[in-house]
Amino acid sequence: MDQDAALRELSDRANARLPGVITGSSLAFGQLTLTCEADAISRVLKFLRDDEQFQQLVDIAAVDWPARPRRFDVVYNLLSLTKNKRVRVKVETDEVTPVPSVTDVYRAAGWYEREAWDLYGVLFAGHPDLRRILTDYGFEGHPMRKDFPLTGYVEVRYDAEQKRVVYEPVALTQEFRTFEFMSPWEGARYILPGDEKAKGASGAPAAPPPKAG
Amino acid sequence: MGEVQIANYTINFGPQHPAAHGVLRLVMELDGEVVERADPHIGLLHRGTEKLIEHKTYAQAIPYFDRLDYVSMMCQEHAFVLAAEKLLGLQVPLRGQYIRVLFSEITRILNHILNVTTQGMDVGAMTPVLWGFEEREKLMEFYERVSGARMHANYFRIGGVHQDMPDGMAEDIGRFMDHFPKVLDEIEGLLTENRIFKQRNVDIGVVSAKDALDWGFTGVMLRGSGVAWDLRKSQPYEVYDRMDFDVPVGKHGDCYDRYICRIEEMRQSVRIVQQCLREMPNGPVIADDHKIVPPKRTEMKATMESLIHHFKLFTEGHRVPAGEVYAAVEAPKGEFGVFLVSEGENKPYRCKIRAPGFAHLQALEFMCRGHMLADAVAIIGTLDIVFGEIDR
Repeated sequence: MDQDAALRELSDRANARLPGVITGSSLAFGQLTLTCEADAISRVLKFLRDDEQFQQLVDIAAVDWPARPRRFDVVYNLLSLTKNKRVRVKVETDEVTPVPSVTDVYRAAGWYEREAWDLYGVLFAGHPDLRRILTDYGFEGHPMRKDFPLTGYVEVRYDAEQKRVVYEPVALTQEFRTFEFMSPWEGARYILPGDEKAKGASGAPAAPPPKAG
Repeated sequence: MGEVQIANYTINFGPQHPAAHGVLRLVMELDGEVVERADPHIGLLHRGTEKLIEHKTYAQAIPYFDRLDYVSMMCQEHAFVLAAEKLLGLQVPLRGQYIRVLFSEITRILNHILNVTTQGMDVGAMTPVLWGFEEREKLMEFYERVSGARMHANYFRIGGVHQDMPDGMAEDIGRFMDHFPKVLDEIEGLLTENRIFKQRNVDIGVVSAKDALDWGFTGVMLRGSGVAWDLRKSQPYEVYDRMDFDVPVGKHGDCYDRYICRIEEMRQSVRIVQQCLREMPNGPVIADDHKIVPPKRTEMKATMESLIHHFKLFTEGHRVPAGEVYAAVEAPKGEFGVFLVSEGENKPYRCKIRAPGFAHLQALEFMCRGHMLADAVAIIGTLDIVFGEIDR
């Protein structure tokens, strides 16, 4: 496919122009992903914008991989209208290392970075206004992280006596249910009910004990 | 008389203001009546859609997309199913593709009627809303006839659409599309050359092509500024490459040009729908792969294998191969994209939703600065924002 060839050429050009900065590139499903170190992101985006005609920053997405030492991926999704191509640039970071803000390269980055900070706690250095954006005023924590529970920690209701909205710890009327769909033949991460009695059960984290009828 | 110090005035616009198009809270700093600063506070409708999708199977994720931008429902389902199909390598049967295009364009008309008429209402015209909503109701009836729901259709499926259109519906859509341009003419008769409407919209909220690109504008917001860019033409998905339609482009990048673009897009959508109805072949509407697509209920009652497939798909769902993919559609408001990361499980590992309104609202301050307070209302109207998709 010529589209793939064009993307491969783009990746080669990026490697030639920014030697040592682009740490990897992959082409899957006809879409190109470049990886680079976080502190080089501005350089890479400037190169793509000025030399490769990627006029638009379409999106910034953060992805959480808690098992990794640098747990966050920050994915910049670029679009070239003149060349009709898309490219993604991916950097890695952790909870404390800031990624340089790209608001000076693309103004559209402002809110996307605020969103990544709000939902994941990815820090952006040099952002003019890194406030929370989607969560409530005074919210604590970063809800899209994989270790943040789906139900959250607090719930709100209007208190008729105090005449205001009050925050209370979440109280579930029904226990939160998650289902493990990985079959035991494929290496399920739980122990089947009854198996916990077997001698030398595997060291996998045990599921909560089954409730009595 | 000595010099008088005039302090700037800070007002709180919304979040329960009829012209805020939902739950927009806008903290504005005014110098007299001129907007100095406008800081949108969003997130009042944040429901954690992306987080919820990470905990649901692929089929269960589709209804969330209806509830994002709740006036262009099917276009958003479309982006998600396209992303999942790309990961699965699944081919949609031709009739299914035609039905998807048909309903994407019906959705576009639904959305643009709402936007154009409420923009009229924002600047003082009451009648277009009443006329337009009658037509919207008829379009939502088509939604109801294929999916059972007027708005939150949940009609698109990974691999096609849920079921074929009922008998006689194609003719009814055809009749509607014959009649609809006349209604558009009537609405245009009230707005397009209306002196008040023009005074409130011409040269308001002007965005140059360069700024529009820099702020990440897509859809009408970009085309109104003179950039001919439409994903249906440039990166055609489904059968859009077979469709014959024009992409209207504005000249001045003001609210009025964007209004004109939207009106013309509706007329083009009518053309696309008519072509779909003319060319639509017979055949299946959903892929025939029972590892992904559940079998019909009648089959499920008759064969054991179908019963097993049915049970497995509605409890566990299907696996999607590991990978990362971005799929975008030209939703009525702009580029609606889904960045899907799969770990090979039955749930998405990450589903980032790229909502066009998010980028547009971000530029509100840039567009409002130096305008009058009343113009801010016209600008919010032209942005075509819906908080379901911005707050997610």
